[in-house]
Amino acid sequence: MKTCLVVDDSSVVRKIARRILEGLEFEVTEAEDGSKALEICQRQLPDAVLLDWNMPVMDGFEFMGHMRRLPGGDQPKVVFCTTENNVAHIAQALSGGANEYIMKPFDKDIIADKFAEVGLIPVGQAMV
Amino acid sequence: MTPTEYEYLRKFLKDNSGLDLSADKQYLIESRLLPLARKAGLSGIAELVQKLQGGSRTLMTDVVEAMTTNETFFFRDKVPFDHFRDHIMPEIIKARANKRSVRIWCAAGSTGQEPYSLAMCLKEMGASLTGWRVEIIATDLSQEVLEKARAGVYSQFEVQRGLPIQMLVKYFKQTGETWQINPELRAMIQHRQLNLLHDFSQLGTFDVIFCRNVLIYFDQDTKINIFNRLARQIEPDGFLVLGAAETVVGLTDTFRPIPDRRGLYKPNDPRAAAAKPALAGAAPRMAVMAGR
Repeated sequence: MKTCLVVDDSSVVRKIARRILEGLEFEVTEAEDGSKALEICQRQLPDAVLLDWNMPVMDGFEFMGHMRRLPGGDQPKVVFCTTENNVAHIAQALSGGANEYIMKPFDKDIIADKFAEVGLIPVGQAMV
Repeated sequence: MTPTEYEYLRKFLKDNSGLDLSADKQYLIESRLLPLARKAGLSGIAELVQKLQGGSRTLMTDVVEAMTTNETFFFRDKVPFDHFRDHIMPEIIKARANKRSVRIWCAAGSTGQEPYSLAMCLKEMGASLTGWRVEIIATDLSQEVLEKARAGVYSQFEVQRGLPIQMLVKYFKQTGETWQINPELRAMIQHRQLNLLHDFSQLGTFDVIFCRNVLIYFDQDTKINIFNRLARQIEPDGFLVLGAAETVVGLTDTFRPIPDRRGLYKPNDPRAAAAKPALAGAAPRMAVMAGR
């Protein structure tokens, strides 16, 4: 089973994302900010990170930079999931090492499509 | 909705759009037509049926459009676009090396996601198409849908279905909450109103025809009729692309599946096909929407 770390300061968003990702057969762990997410990644890197941008303590972009520099940190697929929906933020995320980018609000179809896009799930599964 | 109303709508849709609903599609009619009835200030399906029987032309058009408009998204099903990039276009680039032109028809272009996906594929091919004349014709039954396709403006939800984020950044411009496809890509596509039940020989011949997820709504005779007419609009070495749930097998000899490439078909030698006429010479049944 693939693992996904959901990083978002809203427990509601984490819960929704968890339900969707478990439906896509991911084992889900949660973190409420970038710093807690980094601690988790230092112990064990997940296959995927669903990553909010604006969070207290450490934001998503800064977390991604630290995670990418960990040994093997280039491996996890990072999918941003944020209300920051302008081209400047998207371009910054991509050049900082993000694999995909979701603009909130999201639903199951969008997560499935984006995860299929970066090869985390087979394409067929995204069509359900 | 009473059984009589359902039967009336079924027959109406069959006669006017070729849409062939089975006996159990009440939910589909209700989900598509109730909002339309309300928008028109009607109390529900019953009153809508009365208006149709009374001959309201505007409502007739609206009902056909509401029932034949389908959900679509960029790079839908992915595989056909991989075929297009890895198989179809390399063959065409070789075969048309002297002519340096390619004509593509999206026969159910809908709100534009499919033709624009093809345009993006072609752009991504870069130098191998430099100096080529590329024509993409996108047709659809619905004027409303065509207008949306022409504008190329999509909601945040729509641009997140099937479209890789790099492509969004590269080929779209953000305006507030919506995203518009670049003028350069918009200019690659001609949008035209067309009912597949009508003669489409005026479109000329094509190297590639995408005809996905539209024939599933037609009955067998109509499908056969459309396949046979599509065969006349395709170059002998051209390609037909059908939806994942569609096939020519058992319907017509005018096309043959390409092994191991799901959804991809080649025209058969027309002389061979002519020797074996199609099972039914079904004439298009559509007449009411004439003039659209």
